[in-house]
Formats: sequence, structure tokens, C-alpha cells
Amino acid sequence: MTAEAATAEPAAPAVRRGLPRLDRWGLLVLPLVGFLLAVLVWPLTAVLLRSFTDPEPGVENYLAFFHSPVYLDVLVNTFVTAGLVTLVTLLLGFPYSYLMTLASPFWRGVLMLAVLVPFWTSLLVRTFAWVLILRDTGVVNELLPGPPVPLLRNLPGVLIGMVQVMLPFAVLPMYAAMRGIDRRLLQAAEGLGARPAFAFWRIYAPLAVPGVAASALLVFVSSLGFYVTPALLGGPKNIMIGELIVQQLSGVLRWGFASALAVILLVVTGGLLMLMSRLVDLRRLLGGAR
Amino acid sequence: MSGMASRRLVRASLGALAVLTGLYLVLPVFIVIPMSFSDSAFLEFPPKAWSWRWYENFLGDETWVSSLVSSVQVGVLVTLCAVVLGTAAALGMIRGRYPLKALVSALVMAPVLVPYVIIGLAVYAVFLDLGLTETLLGFVLVHTALAVPYVVITVSSALMSFDRRLENAAMSLGAGPIVTFARVTLPVILPSVLSGAVFAFVTSFDEVVTSVFLSGPDFTTLPVQMWSGVRVRIDPTVAAVSSMLLLVTLALFAVAGLARLARRVRAGGAKERRSS
Repeated sequence: MTAEAATAEPAAPAVRRGLPRLDRWGLLVLPLVGFLLAVLVWPLTAVLLRSFTDPEPGVENYLAFFHSPVYLDVLVNTFVTAGLVTLVTLLLGFPYSYLMTLASPFWRGVLMLAVLVPFWTSLLVRTFAWVLILRDTGVVNELLPGPPVPLLRNLPGVLIGMVQVMLPFAVLPMYAAMRGIDRRLLQAAEGLGARPAFAFWRIYAPLAVPGVAASALLVFVSSLGFYVTPALLGGPKNIMIGELIVQQLSGVLRWGFASALAVILLVVTGGLLMLMSRLVDLRRLLGGAR
Repeated sequence: MSGMASRRLVRASLGALAVLTGLYLVLPVFIVIPMSFSDSAFLEFPPKAWSWRWYENFLGDETWVSSLVSSVQVGVLVTLCAVVLGTAAALGMIRGRYPLKALVSALVMAPVLVPYVIIGLAVYAVFLDLGLTETLLGFVLVHTALAVPYVVITVSSALMSFDRRLENAAMSLGAGPIVTFARVTLPVILPSVLSGAVFAFVTSFDEVVTSVFLSGPDFTTLPVQMWSGVRVRIDPTVAAVSSMLLLVTLALFAVAGLARLARRVRAGGAKERRSS
């Protein structure tokens, strides 16, 4: 509300309260809105309805989910995996982004390119590469002496694959946020006698928190919905909710239950995104990312 | 001075960590390329004997080739649809007045934010009833929805920095709105439209999850074919396909990057001319 008022042209006539009318430029939005209502909103609404009506009306599907330890384990595993992915991504991404702000233009370009290359390449190709690298007869185990270290079909495998996918999504917004921090503040603090580590912790870190928090949420939310990477790199114990949805459909055709799972995932994702949109402008975050 | 030394140490270890992270980001992808030339079905690394075997396998196999053809068909149509819908919407969103602005923005961004598994499930259910699964039209509809936000993002950022006095000038010289758009607005925003187009194509061309739901014997795309080639048992042909995809995507983005660079150079030139 306040943001809109601030960006309004000064010469604009006073607008009545309530819905603004549609002008001629505004008409151009309609085809896309109609298209997305038909291809996205309608099917999603059908999923919501189906979760309450298939096989019979009621909340059976949700009860079945919350009463079964097996399915709850999948939900817990989904959150734990997403949490670990977020943690490792930040641990690697924060120093990387910080260094990007310090590096010379050439090295900054190199570091940026290293982030963009995986961003541009197919997720499936990258996951396939990890399979070739991590399997028992893979590149890593060929190079290491001794019996093969299990790196595939387990949690380390999933983490290695997912962190690589998520790192660019964390580095790009963090770098954008850190670039805006005035480093002279650190010099000022040190000039006043603060040790470098103390100055970094008390001056720089608090200023970087919004960017880091936004990245963390983006990574966490995106990780919740992963399917391809955990399905290929994880084992039976690493099933995430996305894979469970596919299993319920392709294996046993439990449409109502699969729909309920989708609704649960969607509600969690939507809730976190709403929280995030209070912190940052989502469009800018995604625009900066691509 | 120990402060200086410790600072240098911190910088050095930061640098080392960043280099390792960078290698972790880039190197694994490219390992596929040498492995795809391995003569053995186990794709060992480094290959003991080299051959084009898996590339020949790809080209000689009807299912692989037809899935590639399908992917290209879908990708081209998706690019056209997403560019038209997305550019129009970006114009409307930046310049227009319309009700429920926040809701419309959320709707346009939704395809990026909603997990693809959910979109796949939802669309599959509806398309089954409509007979749209395993059809070109079905794939184009879904992939367009997934790709269109990227066009909207790139085009609207170009429109935000567009100087509308150029249009006023054209109109005051007697150009109609369509001529003004085609001759004045479009040339300026064209690089962004094209980079949006590249994103749209790549989004469609790489899409696995929703495609796995929609495909079947009648219509399959390349990523789905690859998916079934790695899901249970590894088909070494996937390594050959992966290497080709890597080169194609990187080439596309290099072209997009060059186009942006060219625009910057041209814009710089124009500025110089204006100031001189």
C-alpha cells in the first residue's frame, strides 16, 4: 500500500478507493491471466476438491496421512532433508558470496560464471552426472583406495546433489544483498578499535541478515518440492513427499491420497512463501536469479 | 603485524573454499562428456577405449530420435506462446491499470513457486479427462505455463527502464500505436524478449517432472526418455544425450549473453554519440 503510494506518479489524479478500473494497457494482462486460470488454477482447485472427495467425501485422506507413521516419516524426512540442504548451502554460499564482493572484476566474473553454468544446465543431466560420479564403480570410488564408500542411494548422495542445485539460488540473492553493504563501515569500526572479527560479526553480519534469510527461505521452500534429485540419488529411506506423490499415483492409483499429499505440500510451501514475501520482493529475487 | 597476517590467512582460506565450491558447481557436469565416449557399457572413467558407440546408438534408435523431435516441437511452440503471452502481460503489468494487482502478480509467478510435482499431478488429472495426455497440445499448454514467468520477468525489467518519451515522439510525428510499438518499442526491448525466449525454450526443453506425468507411448519428450534410461538401470546412451544437451544449452546461453553484450556496446555507442 505505502510502496504503491510512493511509486505513483506525482501528476496522477487522486484515485478513488476500491478497485482500480481496467484501462487499455491493462487489457493486455488478461490473456495470460485467463491462460493460467485454465492451465494452473483450475487443475489445482480440482486437486484440492479431490483430496476431500476421492474415494468418498470426508477428510479420510488426511487422517490416513497423519495416522500413519510411515507417511509421517516421509514428511519428517522431507523437512530434515530440506533443512540440511539449506544449512550446507548457506555454509558454502555465504563465504562464496562474500568473496565475490571482495574479488577483482575478473575473479568476480569467474565466480559468477561458476554459479551460472550449473544454473543453465539441465537438472537431469547434472543428477545423472552425480550418479556416474558417486556410484560404487563411479569416479570417486575408482580414485579412492579400498572398498567402495557408499555415496549413492543414501542421504549424503541426496545432499551432494541437492546442494549443487540450490547453491546458485542462494549465492545470487546473497551476493546482490552483500554488494549493497558499505564496507567503509567495517573500516570505521576497526578505526575505532574493533578487532576485524568483532567488526565483521557486529557490523557486517547484521546487515547481511535479510539477504541470507531470504536465500535460506528460498532454498528451503524449493527443496521441499524436489523430486528428480532425491529419487535418483536417494535410497528407500530418503523418500521425500514429492516422490511419495508420484508413487501413490503410478503404483497404486490412490488419487485422493496423492491429492491430499499435494495439498499438504502446497499449504506448507505457500505459507513459507507468504512469510518470505514479507521479507523480500519475490519477483526481484527470481528476476535476479535468472 | 599479526592482524595483517591473520587477515591474509582468512582471505586465503576463503579463497580456497570458494575455489573448491566453484569446482563442485562446475566440474561434475562436464565429466559426462569424456564418459560418453567410453567404449564400455559401464562408462568407466577415464575411458579405457574411446568410441562414438553411444552417439550412434542414439541416432540409430527410433524412440530416442522421435523423443528429440517431440522435444524440439514442444520447445519451439512453447517459446512462441510464452513470448506472446508474456510480453503482452509484461506491457499490461508495467503500464496498465487493472484490478487485483497483487493477486495477478502472484498468479503470474505461481508456476515458478508451486512445486512441479504438484503441477504435474494436477494437470495430469484434468488432462486425462480431456484426452490431452500424450499429446503435443497438452505438453505445450503445461510447458508454456512453466516458461511464461521468465518472459514476464525479463521483458518487464526492460520496460521499466524504457523511456516512454520515445513513443510520445513517434506518436506526435503521426505514427499509430501499432507502428509505434513495432518500430520504436519493440526494437528497444527486443534483446530482453529474446533472452526471455531462450529461457522459455530451455525451460520446456529440460522439463522432466510434469512431462513424466503427461507422456506415454504416443508422445514422449527427450528428458522423459532419459529419465527412463537412468531410473532403473543406466542406459549409456543417456551420457551421449547429456553431452549433446550440455553443449546446446551452453551455446544458447552464450548467444543470449553475446546479444546482451552487443546491446550494451550499442547503447554505449549511442550515449557517446549523444554526448559528442
